[in-house]
Amino acid sequence: MPDIAPARDAAAELQAAMPDALLDSHSFRDETTLIVPPAQVVDVCRFLRDTPGLVYNFLSDISAVDYWPEQDRPERFGICYHLLSMLYGRRLRVKIFVAEDEPEAPTMTGVWPGANWLEREIFDLMGIRFSGHPDLRRILMPVEWDGHPHRRDYPLGYEQVQFSFNAEEIMKHKPFARE
Amino acid sequence: MAVVETPTSAPDAYRWEGNIEELRGLVSERAFTGETMLLNMGPHHPSTHGVLRVLLELDGEQIVNAVPDVGFLHTGIEKTIESKTYEKGVTATDRMDYLSPLSNNMAFCLAVEKLVDLDVPPRAQLIRVVCLELQRIASHLVWLGTHAIDLGAMSVLLYAFREREKVLDMLEMLSGQRMMGSYFRPGGVWRDITPDFKPTLVKFLGEFPRAVEDYQRLLEKNPIWVDRTQGVGVIEPERALAWGMSGPTLRGSGVNWDLRKSMPYSGYEQFTFNVPLGEHGDVYDRFMCRILELWQSMKILHQALERLEDRGPFRSDNRKYVPPPRSELGQSMEAVIHHFKLWTSGFDAPDEEVYAAVESPRGEIGCYLHGTGGNMPRRVHFKTPSFMHISSLPLLTQGHFIADLVAIIGSVDIVLGDCDR
Repeated sequence: MPDIAPARDAAAELQAAMPDALLDSHSFRDETTLIVPPAQVVDVCRFLRDTPGLVYNFLSDISAVDYWPEQDRPERFGICYHLLSMLYGRRLRVKIFVAEDEPEAPTMTGVWPGANWLEREIFDLMGIRFSGHPDLRRILMPVEWDGHPHRRDYPLGYEQVQFSFNAEEIMKHKPFARE
Repeated sequence: MAVVETPTSAPDAYRWEGNIEELRGLVSERAFTGETMLLNMGPHHPSTHGVLRVLLELDGEQIVNAVPDVGFLHTGIEKTIESKTYEKGVTATDRMDYLSPLSNNMAFCLAVEKLVDLDVPPRAQLIRVVCLELQRIASHLVWLGTHAIDLGAMSVLLYAFREREKVLDMLEMLSGQRMMGSYFRPGGVWRDITPDFKPTLVKFLGEFPRAVEDYQRLLEKNPIWVDRTQGVGVIEPERALAWGMSGPTLRGSGVNWDLRKSMPYSGYEQFTFNVPLGEHGDVYDRFMCRILELWQSMKILHQALERLEDRGPFRSDNRKYVPPPRSELGQSMEAVIHHFKLWTSGFDAPDEEVYAAVESPRGEIGCYLHGTGGNMPRRVHFKTPSFMHISSLPLLTQGHFIADLVAIIGSVDIVLGDCDR
């Protein structure tokens, strides 16, 4: 069995190697979160994957969260990359914040090709674009769908009642009901 | 009697006027010159195990490219849970992976328990392990039956479902429902095991090894089965990891990674069991991994049965999160207040985020949960194994024959409810 480098602290390593890439780090219930600027998230993840002592080799999940209507966050959307180090049996969350106007983040498909569909799902349901993504199409909703259902300001399921004064407005969102 | 005219050409309604240009980038350039053929498989195709549509680009019978199209079963479960209190959210999670609802329950309950820091009594953890392993057996039996029938071995389906029925009966004893029981709740399980559960489990564990031997005898050395599965749909461990595969699909490639072993939850560290590994990463190795997992599940169940006492709490007694038992309501005013509070507005969880993952029969189910400080979550996201596995379908199928596609889809054990959520 080859020698395994002892496990090291991700936040400290990142701080040492890329000082401007670590905005903040905190821990909750033994889960570490590193907050990084969106522009550098790909480099940070590649660093976390390839550095001995860290080796976060597996992308477990990418999930986006919408903080609307709260104003006390850096930006409206957060994207969490859940990394897993199989060698050391531990997890890490890398988080970026994305602005409300034309939200966009760099794609992670260059580091883990499996990020492809996870990012398509976020684009579909949360409306965040991923620059450089090879195949950014809707995945779960129909292609003609209006809006992004997982945003917090998207109404939850129920049908809006149609009256004569708002019928036109409602029909705009139902391309199949017109004819 | 009306005379039915034979149409000379297809009626206009059936004439396809789709724009092939939309497919540019998804299929190779040869499809546009007519050199290769485009063929739709699904969404209503029995061997796609649900409503999966695959757009195939074929060169003769060989697959040049496969473009999976999912979302037909998208029911907005994550969005629904955002409007439910934490305990009610459990009910919605059942409906994702409908072949192993308890694994979904487990991922969600683990996340909630982590978020509010709720304890789970040891006996509740043990009952959970028993249920999860029974669920694993039930899920693997459906996989085995459908995988075998896809490749033409019909009788295995009948034998597998005969055994699965017994498992579902046991789950019904516990939760009152065969499939969507919502048996796990934050803090433990819904109710105690029933008196007839243990004898039934003992009886089942006595019969089941014979049945598994039967399945193995039917398929393991069957020359047709071996011909159709060995060397088909090979994936190397490095690529399997890069594409986010997990569970038996990953272990079939020889990666020793099982969350029950590597990052134990719910007391799995107290059990001795092995993690079956494949070697070649083909359909046959994935098949063998799952078959051997049936034996390991039985091993865990035997150990759990020895420890499963008849007395002890099956749910946490933290009254701020767990409703009091019915018997207390007649005597204690405080119990009535807790009961009312928990069943109307539920409990509050901090404005923080957690991620919990469990090893489902298909792979890693991860639950990302973000509280608001109130009684409903801000965001729930499930990372589901089927979603990741279908996304890597092109990788597994390129260069194979169209008949092998059916074998490959069967071997990664996808459930579309799990994929589309």
